[in-house]
Amino acid sequence: MIQTKWMKQFLSLIYAVMIAGFCLLSTSVSAKVETRAFANEQMESDYNQLIAELRCLVCQNQNLADSNAELAQDMRTKVYKMLGQGSNKEEIVDYMVQRYGDFVMYRPPVKSTTFFLWFGPLVFFVVAGLIVFSYLRKQKAADQVSVDQQQQKKAHSLLDDE
Amino acid sequence: MARYGVLIGFFVLMTVFAVVLNRMNEGEYNPKSIPSEFIGKPAPEINVPDLLNGKLVTSADMKGQMWLFNVWGTWCPECWREHKFLLQLQQAGVTIIGLNWRDDKAEAMAMLTRMGNPFAKIGYDPDSSVAMDWGVYGAPETFLVNAEGIILVKHAGGITPAVWEQKFASHFQAKNEAQL
Repeated sequence: MIQTKWMKQFLSLIYAVMIAGFCLLSTSVSAKVETRAFANEQMESDYNQLIAELRCLVCQNQNLADSNAELAQDMRTKVYKMLGQGSNKEEIVDYMVQRYGDFVMYRPPVKSTTFFLWFGPLVFFVVAGLIVFSYLRKQKAADQVSVDQQQQKKAHSLLDDE
Repeated sequence: MARYGVLIGFFVLMTVFAVVLNRMNEGEYNPKSIPSEFIGKPAPEINVPDLLNGKLVTSADMKGQMWLFNVWGTWCPECWREHKFLLQLQQAGVTIIGLNWRDDKAEAMAMLTRMGNPFAKIGYDPDSSVAMDWGVYGAPETFLVNAEGIILVKHAGGITPAVWEQKFASHFQAKNEAQL
């Protein structure tokens, strides 16, 4: 009996360690399986920045760096090749946007089609704030009940009756 | 009055939900679909060797006729499913240029022998170079390119008679090229 209790506690400890481990690991796991040779540090940092900011179109909540999808692998290779051919970051982002649209960027530019994406939350916040504000004011007004003399007399007479 | 307001609001919301749900069932508003950047723009080049005979497949060669560009692979079950319909389109006189994407050459050729070949030409694209140029992110994907080389339609997903009717057929009927 005691043994099983000990075992249970031991097991839950192990689970806790495992879960904590997974949580820590999951933030640092990435799918950069290819080993790339870079001509200089600038190129390497450009490469890492680009694959972090470009979205994988197959598993859409991952960037190119995190995704193991085949298309993401090919897109990483394309980024690498274009850097090697002397393209700068803007040219590579332009290349991808021309083909896949603003969606391919994790930070889409502010323009008419993405206006709601950028400012929608602010609009919701302001509207919600106005609703709460007007509600609170109404409540306050409802609390301050004004009673005129006639009503007061009536109330007194009703109370006196009892 | 306020009560009517709530009721009207409820019905308006319900109508919106019904319309959106209905269109979702028709394949619209797919949260994964990406609007194509290419509608109304010139078709990108293909410029890779043909899967079957190694001759260069180009978009430029197709000028002067309406054609479909269909991205497929033997690893893609939806491609097997639409294959029969592509054969029907071919029989109706529609020119289809295929793009065999990220595939094994021998397996791709075996599939065409087994199931028939609906394609006039097939670009072989093992490293996504053509697929990326066309903004492809999944298979199957099908583009409709007109005689001037402009992309008119893009469809992500398998082509069924219903999809054909809804998105493609009108362009062909206008030119009396294919009646299905």
